[in-house]
Amino acid sequence: MKSLINNHIKASTEAAPLAVFRILFGSMMLFSIIRFASYGWIEKLYIQPTFFFSYYGFNWVKPIGSYTYLLFAICGIAAFFIALGYRYKIAILVFFLSFTYIELMDKTTYLNHYYFVSILSFLLLFLPANCQFSIDAFRNPKKAFRYVPIWTINSIKLLLGVVYFYAGLAKLNSDWFLKAMPLKIWLPSKFDIPIIGDLLSEEWVHYAFSWSGAIYDLSIPFLLLHKKTRSFAFLMVVVFHVLTLVLFPIGMFPCIMIVSALIFFDANVHNKILESIARVLKLSRSSVNNNNFWKLGSRLKQKIVFSTLGLFFIGQLLIPFRYLLYPGELFWTEEGYRFSWRVMLMEKSGYAQFKIVDQKTARWFYVDNSDFLTPYQEKQMAFQPDFILAYAHFLKSHFEKDGHANVQVFVDCRVSLNGRLSTEYIDPKVDLGTIKESFSHKNWIIPFRDEIKGI
Amino acid sequence: MKKVLLGFVFLSFLAACTSEGEGDQPTTIMVNTSAFARADLLANWTDNIIIPSYESFSVAVQTLSEASIAFKADRNEANLTTLRSAWLAAYKSWQHVALFEVGPAEIKGLRLSVNSFPANVEKIISNSTSGDYDLNLSSNRSAKGFPALDYLLYGVAETDAEIVTFYAGTEGVIYTNYIEAIVSDIATLSNQVLADWKQGYNVTFKNNDGASATASVDRFVNDYIFYYEKFLRAGKLGIPLGVFSNTTLSGNVEAYYEGTVSNELFLEGLIAMQDFFNGVHFNSTEKGESLASYLDTLNEVKEGDDLAKIINNQFNTARTSVTALNAFRNEIENNAIPSNMLAAYDEVQRIVPLLKIDMVSAMSISIDFVDADGD
Repeated sequence: MKSLINNHIKASTEAAPLAVFRILFGSMMLFSIIRFASYGWIEKLYIQPTFFFSYYGFNWVKPIGSYTYLLFAICGIAAFFIALGYRYKIAILVFFLSFTYIELMDKTTYLNHYYFVSILSFLLLFLPANCQFSIDAFRNPKKAFRYVPIWTINSIKLLLGVVYFYAGLAKLNSDWFLKAMPLKIWLPSKFDIPIIGDLLSEEWVHYAFSWSGAIYDLSIPFLLLHKKTRSFAFLMVVVFHVLTLVLFPIGMFPCIMIVSALIFFDANVHNKILESIARVLKLSRSSVNNNNFWKLGSRLKQKIVFSTLGLFFIGQLLIPFRYLLYPGELFWTEEGYRFSWRVMLMEKSGYAQFKIVDQKTARWFYVDNSDFLTPYQEKQMAFQPDFILAYAHFLKSHFEKDGHANVQVFVDCRVSLNGRLSTEYIDPKVDLGTIKESFSHKNWIIPFRDEIKGI
Repeated sequence: MKKVLLGFVFLSFLAACTSEGEGDQPTTIMVNTSAFARADLLANWTDNIIIPSYESFSVAVQTLSEASIAFKADRNEANLTTLRSAWLAAYKSWQHVALFEVGPAEIKGLRLSVNSFPANVEKIISNSTSGDYDLNLSSNRSAKGFPALDYLLYGVAETDAEIVTFYAGTEGVIYTNYIEAIVSDIATLSNQVLADWKQGYNVTFKNNDGASATASVDRFVNDYIFYYEKFLRAGKLGIPLGVFSNTTLSGNVEAYYEGTVSNELFLEGLIAMQDFFNGVHFNSTEKGESLASYLDTLNEVKEGDDLAKIINNQFNTARTSVTALNAFRNEIENNAIPSNMLAAYDEVQRIVPLLKIDMVSAMSISIDFVDADGD
């Protein structure tokens, strides 16, 4: 036990991997923000909509009109400062807060990789990523360290390992393994990709991709950890993510994962990377020539940091399993689906028609969803129960303000999951206006008619 | 190129990997389903359905045009009757092209130019009497097209005899001028659309046979469903029926002034939708590649439910229940609660999720394409 702690937590190691990680992470994030803004997505996703889907308990987090642009600008500048290692502590804190705020504004845009960025930047709050090759270290040699305790690097490896391994665990189900779903639906539609396009409608290819994808996710953290397999594993990381980039519209995620996986390499590799950056930018690396060892300050500080990170990782290990607390099929009810590295597992879509009824007169009318939601919001809303409920509440208060009395809200909602014929999703007799949002099981979801076996 | 190379490396890895992993499985099943050729689908749509439908519409509009000129020349009852039947024939023919609002028709805004109802009577009268109007303005959309003709041929007076008298009088010529202008506007727009389809857009449409959000199939399927949901289901049925408004709006019925053909027009539109789904050649019983055959091909691999059949069954059910109705205006105005029509609406509605969820997800077409990342 003691040697375990010594080897993986206390041992001293070169800080270069941390510096490289900081530079690449900051640059990637800066690029992501610029890309997001240049596509007009700030306007489209956060300015244009009139209604936003909040996370439970985060109703107060809303886009702030045209100041939303400022928020993105702050986030981008913080990312730039992270890359430079300039006032790193403040920069990473500002980045973590602004990025997380942006993600909390509307859960329509939830992506696992945004969540990954949020928690990774939380972790980076505690790491001395500016101790080398940074403006901070250059301006104040007291802040420059050649060596850091190995936990600072291992914690990033652990987080990445959790992401991959849990993504692999999530694939251990009968739809993925025995039916090759949803790849059997997605791949044939990519027939126009050069060379491999024709293969993508072959059934064996669907199985090959499904199985090897699961094997990849489950094994890659271990292959990256071992020196012997590391180069091969990294090649696989590149190949896998490039392939997903070609096949699916998943934005920056592949690049972020490829870059992050570099953390598994030895310090020599990172020193070489830093040297070549230095050469290109005509900088000297003199600031890291001291042999100082970075330590977490006082005992109290150590206690706080270690217990925070300990809780953080326990949370990371447990949160994906919270779905076990709910009855019914996870893919169907989505109770406990988010924040669990369930990536590209479902082809799910829905159709929801809301009916506003006057309880007294029984007069009714249907809602035209496009009056209130963007097409993207409507699409996301139609198969996720928490969205449906939030929207029903919104409709109730909207029509009450409009002068309607005794407003009841019913929904006729049908959902299709992984190629199954669409079936009724929400009990059409339940007045959603009377249902309170909570973490308890939503018994107004019609139970899944089929069975998906597995984790 | 790099991507392609990497793709190759990965595939060979996959091949190696899975043949190991499948130890217990008897054999790797090689299903030789040649990928469904979207090019054939687009060719069938273009050459056998879309262009012939526009051609037929163009002929009907030509007849309408001749009838309107004859009526202007001699404003008698016989000529009015001829003009009316030419109007109905062209209106029915229109229902077979209304769903093709892509490319040329989309650019010209054909659907809104030709069939925006309810008609704006005030504007029709002021345009006719002043003679000073520009039909190209979008503000005049509700004062032209088939709905304006509906008013002019059936709504200017109470009875047919009075209408004949109305046109026979000196004021009549003002209105026949306007009728001629409207018909000529329909003819110009639809002939341009047909010409564009024949000279260039047919090739553009067919060549864009890939699988991206901007590919022909993806875009057209989106438009096809949009038409069904907004124009056929809501525009012709739901809105006049009051399902979106708490009160019935019989004035919003298609061909309101004529009063008896709204259900026929709807059924023409529904048949056009179903025939298109099945790839039935225009004015023929022959079939080519279609959304239905695409679903069948995909199903050979998926072995799921026979979605094409389910969708066709629902089309049939919807058609049967609408066929059993009286004219919509009658159903709405003469029933305190138009329950038969509401029931028919429900059957028409049931097609929407089948197309919008089941068909689209089977084909992996993104609906209402949103340019955003997924994961």
